[in-house]
Amino acid sequence: MNNDSPNFVNIFLRWLVSIDLVLVVTLIMLLSLGSITLFSATGENSRMMNSHTIHLILATIAMLIATQLPSDMLNRWSVWIYAFGVLVLIMVLIQGSMGKGAQRWLELGSLRFQPAEIMKLAVPMMVASYFSKRILPPNFKDIFVASILVLVPMLLIVKQPDLGTALLVGSAGFFVIYFAGLSWKWLIATALTAMVAAPLVFFYGMHDYQRQRVLTLFNPEADRLGSGYHIIQSTIAIGSGGFYGKGWLKGDQSRLDFLPERHTDFIFAVFGEEFGLLGNMILFSLYLFIIWRGLYLATKGQDTFARLLGGSLSLTFFIYLLVNTGMVSGVLPVVGVPLPLISYGGTSLVTLMIAFGLLMGLRRRKKWYDE
Amino acid sequence: MKKRVTVKSEREEYRLFRSRAYVAAGFIFVALALVFVRLIYLQINSYEHYTELSKENYQKRVPIPPVRGLIYDRNGVLLAGNHIEYVLEAREDGIINRDNALKRLMQLLPINPQDVYKFKQKQRVNSRFQPVVLRKNLTENEIAIFSANRFRFPGFKVSVRMQRNYPLGSLAGHLLGYVGRIDKKDLEKLDKYEYSGSTHIGKSGIEKFYETRLHGKAGYELREVDAHGKPQIKLEDKAPIAGEDLFLSIDIELQLKAEELLKDYNGAVVAIDPRNGEVLAMASMPAYDPNLFVNGISYRDYNSLRNNPDRPLYNRALQGAYPPGSTIKPMAALSGLNAGVVTPTRSLFAKGFFQIPGNKHRFRCWKKSGHGHISLNRAIYQSCDVYFYDLAFRMGIKRYSAAMKKFGFGQKTGIDLPHERSALMPSAEWKRKRYDKFWYPGDTVNTGIGQGYFTATPLQLAFATSIIANHGRKVRPHVLRATRVSRNLPEKLVTPERLPSLGVTKLSYWDDVIRGMVNVVHGAHGTARRAGAGAKYRFAGKTGTAQVYSIAQNKSYNASKLKKKLHDHALFVAFAPANNPRIALAVIAENAGGGSKVAAPIARQLLDTYLLSTDNKKNVKKEDKADLKVNQNDYSPLLDNVNKLKKINKNTTIRP
Repeated sequence: MNNDSPNFVNIFLRWLVSIDLVLVVTLIMLLSLGSITLFSATGENSRMMNSHTIHLILATIAMLIATQLPSDMLNRWSVWIYAFGVLVLIMVLIQGSMGKGAQRWLELGSLRFQPAEIMKLAVPMMVASYFSKRILPPNFKDIFVASILVLVPMLLIVKQPDLGTALLVGSAGFFVIYFAGLSWKWLIATALTAMVAAPLVFFYGMHDYQRQRVLTLFNPEADRLGSGYHIIQSTIAIGSGGFYGKGWLKGDQSRLDFLPERHTDFIFAVFGEEFGLLGNMILFSLYLFIIWRGLYLATKGQDTFARLLGGSLSLTFFIYLLVNTGMVSGVLPVVGVPLPLISYGGTSLVTLMIAFGLLMGLRRRKKWYDE
Repeated sequence: MKKRVTVKSEREEYRLFRSRAYVAAGFIFVALALVFVRLIYLQINSYEHYTELSKENYQKRVPIPPVRGLIYDRNGVLLAGNHIEYVLEAREDGIINRDNALKRLMQLLPINPQDVYKFKQKQRVNSRFQPVVLRKNLTENEIAIFSANRFRFPGFKVSVRMQRNYPLGSLAGHLLGYVGRIDKKDLEKLDKYEYSGSTHIGKSGIEKFYETRLHGKAGYELREVDAHGKPQIKLEDKAPIAGEDLFLSIDIELQLKAEELLKDYNGAVVAIDPRNGEVLAMASMPAYDPNLFVNGISYRDYNSLRNNPDRPLYNRALQGAYPPGSTIKPMAALSGLNAGVVTPTRSLFAKGFFQIPGNKHRFRCWKKSGHGHISLNRAIYQSCDVYFYDLAFRMGIKRYSAAMKKFGFGQKTGIDLPHERSALMPSAEWKRKRYDKFWYPGDTVNTGIGQGYFTATPLQLAFATSIIANHGRKVRPHVLRATRVSRNLPEKLVTPERLPSLGVTKLSYWDDVIRGMVNVVHGAHGTARRAGAGAKYRFAGKTGTAQVYSIAQNKSYNASKLKKKLHDHALFVAFAPANNPRIALAVIAENAGGGSKVAAPIARQLLDTYLLSTDNKKNVKKEDKADLKVNQNDYSPLLDNVNKLKKINKNTTIRP
């Protein structure tokens, strides 16, 4: 390494090289569509739109920084980030048990963020890092260790309780194991176990309100004004949008406050109502393209760690989309998963954009900073 | 089992990853496609269903009730109107610190704690955006006070409400009926859409019978509301159509006179114009004030009306089934002539009683000494009972009953008022069904003088009299004379309904009977000659004294020894002028004694009122008119009505 500090032109050029223009353009399109929708969903609330703008700027900066992080460095940091994350989760739980009830937030000065969000990145990094030092496909012991690495933070988050995030963290970890080469036999066995376990979890492992949500999915009319209300109103919103939609700012369900949580978890209903099936086609195309591009970038990853991490991040993004649209359209139970890149909320946006930054950085030639 | 790789190989791991990525991509595609299928189902297949649900969410149809039609008499005097009432009301979402505001309001305006209690109670039940009334009937002064202090009471405002009002109070109260709050029973029957904004509905009388015409058609306003029920913008609206105005055939001055004359009795008067069946007056005394019912009668008021032994709630003109007594003798005479049982000339020897051959029971005449040789004419004007015992006995109940039914006895006249009773024209079949007993010839004899099982309503009596006055031409009695859809449009007259005429074998029979009736009032020996004295027109009448209590065979009627309730009813039927009748009427005064003494003079005064005052209306000066209202001192409530009536008459006289 020569002693000259890299000049700004060099840094800029390196950024330019590391940025995947195709993904960035698609992300900009999706974020624009999301901001337009959010404007309508917040009831044209300028204060919220201002903070959304700040979130966007923060997220973009975070993404650009993330593009500069090479995979072997991430590989080395994984264990420390993971350890830190688990520690914070335990802290939050202790804080919660000390009388403040459900506690998801950690306050750092004026900044509030959800520590569980870290785990969406830390868990796949940790598991990928673990597998990168093993021979793949993994043997039973490796899978067992990896499963423990996934389950510990996942259970900590379930305890908060935040089922949605736990689900995303769990799937992020699981996808690494999947890409690492979990044998199909095991995969099918896991799926069968899940099917058998589901009723057991339903009857013994769930809070009453969680059980209610599952029941509501099958018969929302049973509790019209209670747990069924969200689903009834969101399906009405989507359904009444029709093919062309009611038009921007003209969604009656959202405009007149019938749709609860319309700028956060249920923003997809606002979109469906105002832009119709036509809008949904465009939206799904954008999402599919982003997932495809993510997987593509992952295959271009430099090493096993990069590929595993990239694959997992892309698939987690898909899970976001599937769970959110599934619940809003009434085919999956209600769990708190936002519509990625569109729902209001800074933490989730920053985490997602970091993930895309990491994805872009994965194909970088390694050791540029050593040379 | 596949061969296990034991050395870390970049290439193998890359390949493994690629194959896994393909499988994942396939899975992603399938999963998202399934969600998309759901979206197609929602947005294409169920689009209409969800659009409907969405509209149900945010569109609120606020009904606008129509203005109820007004009711006038034949000369355009207002009988039922809509009183404008100012109320103080508030919407819960607009009030700041309710209890404090109420306390300050109570210092400002007379509001009693009862009002406040009701207000709070209603606010608890109603939506936050629905106004609730705090005080009703604000005076102009109170409105002024509130308006000046309005800024201190955000959320409160003065609103206008329409309330049914009967300016003449109890006058013609039975006939008009009243409106009342819609109750559960009404809800089952009425049109949910038309009444969605209405609070009141006709409960009796004209108000009930012509409910649909008076009510009008509801309008609505379609408003957008948010999830909390807060109204946003108006989407569309439809103006309500006011109910029709009704012009009754009642002459309110005649009605007033009738009620005045009956005020000392329980009784009824029905006057009909025989030419067209228009009811000119229909009084039932004692009366009640329909205004009491409009906003829900108080328990105490209702009980005192209900438990009053004189039964003021009961419309005697329509529902009172009285033994008609001798008033039906003209109809019986005509039936006898028609059947050939009697002739105009042949006379009968009447002792003081009638006996069925082979039976010892004596059917007594009111005149113990008997009328001697008696013709049809004298039998009517002297009201010979024996003549009519004999007539009915010889006709037999079957023929007699059928003939009398042609005069409308025993059946509803079909007048345009609710709750009419058919009373009873008995027959052998009726008795068998009702009592499971044979009809005895003695039963027939009694019906000949309007006693026994025979009953009739005052309306039926007036109708039967009008048939005689008309020489058999029948027009169904009715109260509605004309209607008006809008104040700017001309009134539309109601066409009277002709009924099949009563045919006679010889046309002169009518005159034979009418001659007898004229002699009742104008003849030297007529039973009501005193009532007919000095009349400026010729009229025909018939007295009746109906027994309420059977007198034993060997006893005689002695009013002083009987309770008032068991005294005879006084009846009188009449029509005038005799040769060209314009009015036919029936008067009944319960337990008042003889028809000639009490009922006939009442009838005479009514005829005078109607014929003389309408004849000379234009010539009568105002002072003279005031003189018409005699006994001013002893009936001041009615007098107030008269004054009101005059005032109203001056302002709103409309002659259809």
